[in-house]
Amino acid sequence: MLELIRQPWHWAVAGVLIGLTVPTLLIIGNKSFGISSSLRHICAACFPADIPFFKYEWKKEIWNLFFVAGVLIGGFIANQFLSNPNTIVISESTITDLKALGITDFTNLMPADLFSVDNIFTLKGLFFFVIGGFMVGFGTRYAGGCTSGHAIMGLSTLQLPSLIATISFMVGGFLMTQLLLPLIFKLF
Amino acid sequence: MQKSGALINEEFVCDAPNDQKKKEPLAGNFKYMLIGIIFGIVFTKAEIISWFRIQEMFRLQSFFMYGVIGTAVVVGMISVFLIKKFNIKTISGEKIVFHDKVFNKGQIYGGLIFGLGWAMTGACPGPLFAQIGNGFIVVTITLASAIAGTWTFGYFKDKLPS
Repeated sequence: MLELIRQPWHWAVAGVLIGLTVPTLLIIGNKSFGISSSLRHICAACFPADIPFFKYEWKKEIWNLFFVAGVLIGGFIANQFLSNPNTIVISESTITDLKALGITDFTNLMPADLFSVDNIFTLKGLFFFVIGGFMVGFGTRYAGGCTSGHAIMGLSTLQLPSLIATISFMVGGFLMTQLLLPLIFKLF
Repeated sequence: MQKSGALINEEFVCDAPNDQKKKEPLAGNFKYMLIGIIFGIVFTKAEIISWFRIQEMFRLQSFFMYGVIGTAVVVGMISVFLIKKFNIKTISGEKIVFHDKVFNKGQIYGGLIFGLGWAMTGACPGPLFAQIGNGFIVVTITLASAIAGTWTFGYFKDKLPS
């Protein structure tokens, strides 16, 4: 059994479990699924700075912070006790494309070429941690949600604005991957 | 919605609101942590937190992420349909609240910006936390920067087109 759990899980298993989060949160506590809100609650709790956008009863929404703390712990548990003994299987064509960009490490979930401590004070770190992270935080809040709030919860409740947001997420991702990443990798 | 004596300056619009009327003790929040833990395990075991999976998705070289998101949406839709159809209540007996989202241009501009960042970091907000749990320490910088991005949005909110 543990052998089976240690293998990478099929997309359908993940999809069903993620989808079931929607009714689970609703039924146990009347909570709408959405993860990027946690970033706003952290701002409201720690650095409200008298900004109206951060003046609300964040304590009422604290469940969301417990949830993301759980996601972090879940990542730790899976990594420590359930990790896949084999290297990650990546599409051959993706490997070819990424090798052309200069990625050399394909053994872990994240390439060491980018996501290593050595890169913190480099141009790579500036782009992939600082600028990338900033755009995730700024963009999700501007859009009013992320993949969970819009793509999953929003589409589940048939919200047209969520469809528009989801399409915009995808367009942004395609633009970065197809047009901008080749330019960014030339800088290194 | 008018709340007397509260600090709220504008109607609080949140994409993941808590609509439960019954007050929960702080310890009651551990059940959401438990769901988060399961979620983090799923994210990791299905390798959704992998930068490579996101690259495959945006290069249209693997069906995997489309399969995950598509299945999640279908399961979510069926669940919401059943909750509405059978008027299923929460465990504390309250009516389940759904929110209609209102269109604004931020969903396009913000959505594009998030998409650009998603393809760089290989993570939307949920996987950021799971990546840190998996020991990718540098992602704490990404998370801190994402919090800074959210704060900056809040600061400039009224000056941005919406």
